Amino acid sequence: MLSLMLRSMRNRLTSVSLTLTVIAISVALFIGVELVRTQAKQSFANTISGTDLVVGARSGNINLLLYSVFRLGNPTNNIGYDTYERLSQSRGVAWTIPLALGDSHRGYRVVGTNQDYFRHYQYGRQQSLTLAQGQPFNDLFDVVLGAEVANKLGYRLGDHIVLSHGAGGSTSFSEHDDMPFSVTGILAPTGTPVDRSLHVSLEAIEAIHLGWQGGTRTQGVDLAQIDQFDLTPKTLTAFLVGLESKFQLLNVQRAINTNKSEPLSAVLPGMALAELWTLLDQAEKALAIVAAFVVAVGLTGMLTTLLASLNERRREMAILRAMGAGPRHVFLLLWSEAALLALLGTVLGYLLAQLTIVALAPLALAQYGLVLSMGLPTGSVAWMMVAVQIAGSLAGLVPAWRAYRHTLADGLTQRL
Amino acid sequence: MIHNPSQTQLTIAGLSYRWPGGERTLTVPQLTLRAGERAMLRGASGSGKSTLLNLISGVLSPDAGELALLGQPLQQMSAAKRDQLRADAMGIVFQQFNLLPYLSVEQNILLPLKFAPKRRARVNDPKQETARLLQAMELDLSLLNRSVTELSVGQQQRVAVARALIGTPALILADEPTSALDPIARDRFMALLASQCQAAGSALLLVSHDPDLAKVVDSEYLLHVSDTGTEVRPC
Repeated sequence: MLSLMLRSMRNRLTSVSLTLTVIAISVALFIGVELVRTQAKQSFANTISGTDLVVGARSGNINLLLYSVFRLGNPTNNIGYDTYERLSQSRGVAWTIPLALGDSHRGYRVVGTNQDYFRHYQYGRQQSLTLAQGQPFNDLFDVVLGAEVANKLGYRLGDHIVLSHGAGGSTSFSEHDDMPFSVTGILAPTGTPVDRSLHVSLEAIEAIHLGWQGGTRTQGVDLAQIDQFDLTPKTLTAFLVGLESKFQLLNVQRAINTNKSEPLSAVLPGMALAELWTLLDQAEKALAIVAAFVVAVGLTGMLTTLLASLNERRREMAILRAMGAGPRHVFLLLWSEAALLALLGTVLGYLLAQLTIVALAPLALAQYGLVLSMGLPTGSVAWMMVAVQIAGSLAGLVPAWRAYRHTLADGLTQRL
Repeated sequence: MIHNPSQTQLTIAGLSYRWPGGERTLTVPQLTLRAGERAMLRGASGSGKSTLLNLISGVLSPDAGELALLGQPLQQMSAAKRDQLRADAMGIVFQQFNLLPYLSVEQNILLPLKFAPKRRARVNDPKQETARLLQAMELDLSLLNRSVTELSVGQQQRVAVARALIGTPALILADEPTSALDPIARDRFMALLASQCQAAGSALLLVSHDPDLAKVVDSEYLLHVSDTGTEVRPC
């Protein structure tokens, strides 16, 4: 029976291979969508690591996380630099990274910070930032670019760029064009918002806003006289805190949250990330549904082809009937063909997805810092492959049942 | 000769079958075939030849009467048992399109053995038997591994006979086997069919509207059509 089925399928090679292609592509698409989904979730969770607390002006957890880590949205308020200095000296605090936000360059956010950023900031699995080229900012008007900024805008070391006031879009009307910056370093890709940031010193942020009031420049400042100004920052947007020990987490958090000089919020990034992800849950579900429908379309394609081939196979069935094949043989023949198509299609789709992943892995790593890896199907992909098998077998019952009915009705008569 | 000549291969008595969705019936008062005997059923198209064929082969069940193959009454068997008996005891040759296009000539001839263990048991060496039957049907041995789609209609019909004969079934049913052949090919084909059935001891039931075929058979039945249906009468 099996060899008969295989030979019969080989005889219908075109339609069989088309069916296989449809199933394989739909399965590969599903795996691709799943990969993007899990990688998005992964890279989302990978954005920040090693940081114990994110501190900013009193606001919601998600808002604080969004503007300080994801560089999205706007801070509710600034915090005093003196408060930051005092808190960073607290007992149990190992390191801090100050963040001063509010400026941009062609749509990319500018982050004012200090050398601790390069020393302590970690993402993914406790990976530190590394410079692909150059070195961290040293002079007042040095800037270190994230990988995407350098890549998309085509900047090289030594290029001069002008920052814009405000975090707005790519068109800002107030430029800090009196104080251009020169690129001293370009960071390696991380797959995090760091790639989309420009990093300058806190003093530089202070310097470019000299003579600014209420968001507009009221008087120019002579670059030659910049040394005469006190460039110690007065305010910050947020800061990241690393602790000496996790045991102090709740104590330090409480101390910051109950700070007397100004209202502050200290957020555990992991908790805020989880909170944020539940917001994105709907989008994730939508992607999963799209992926499931893609597979459903593939299986419907198989069903269509099998049903369409039934009429032209009535002659074949009559011959098999004459040889003594019962209706159940015919049923089995059709049904196992569908099951085999689903199985082969799934395996082919999986291989196709893996090949694509292998081919795209270097590009994804270079462009997005995504680590795509090959491997045996796990989790939802494995379940999907089992589900395709079951769904394919169930769908195969339809043509099998029709052929069974034909067989009973036609008998040995060769209907054409 | 494998089959005992005194054995009754096919017995039909008082059989009636009512076509679904109407009052018309097919009746067969009496029809018997002994081993090696050859009979012909003659009737115009639409007279119920296919129905009778489906009844004899156990695909359809009669409403009344007796229908026995090798002395085994079909009406008491389950559908699966009837399928099995058909595989073991019957070789069937259709009007045309007898062969599976995706099998070679040899594989087509061997096909019945897959479904019929009793016929398989009667064949010592399937390859040798295939070759023997092919030669007996006056076909060249070089055809064995050819695709059936390369064969002429006449060659295909001979291959179909070889396939019906393999494992020497008790009864060969041939439904208009010559309708696609020209008169010269037809006569040679019929002579070969008759002689091979005789050599194997298989009974032959030939269904045709062609009176010229009557010369190779022992008895003849006519499908007589009236208002109430069709009756099969000897003539």
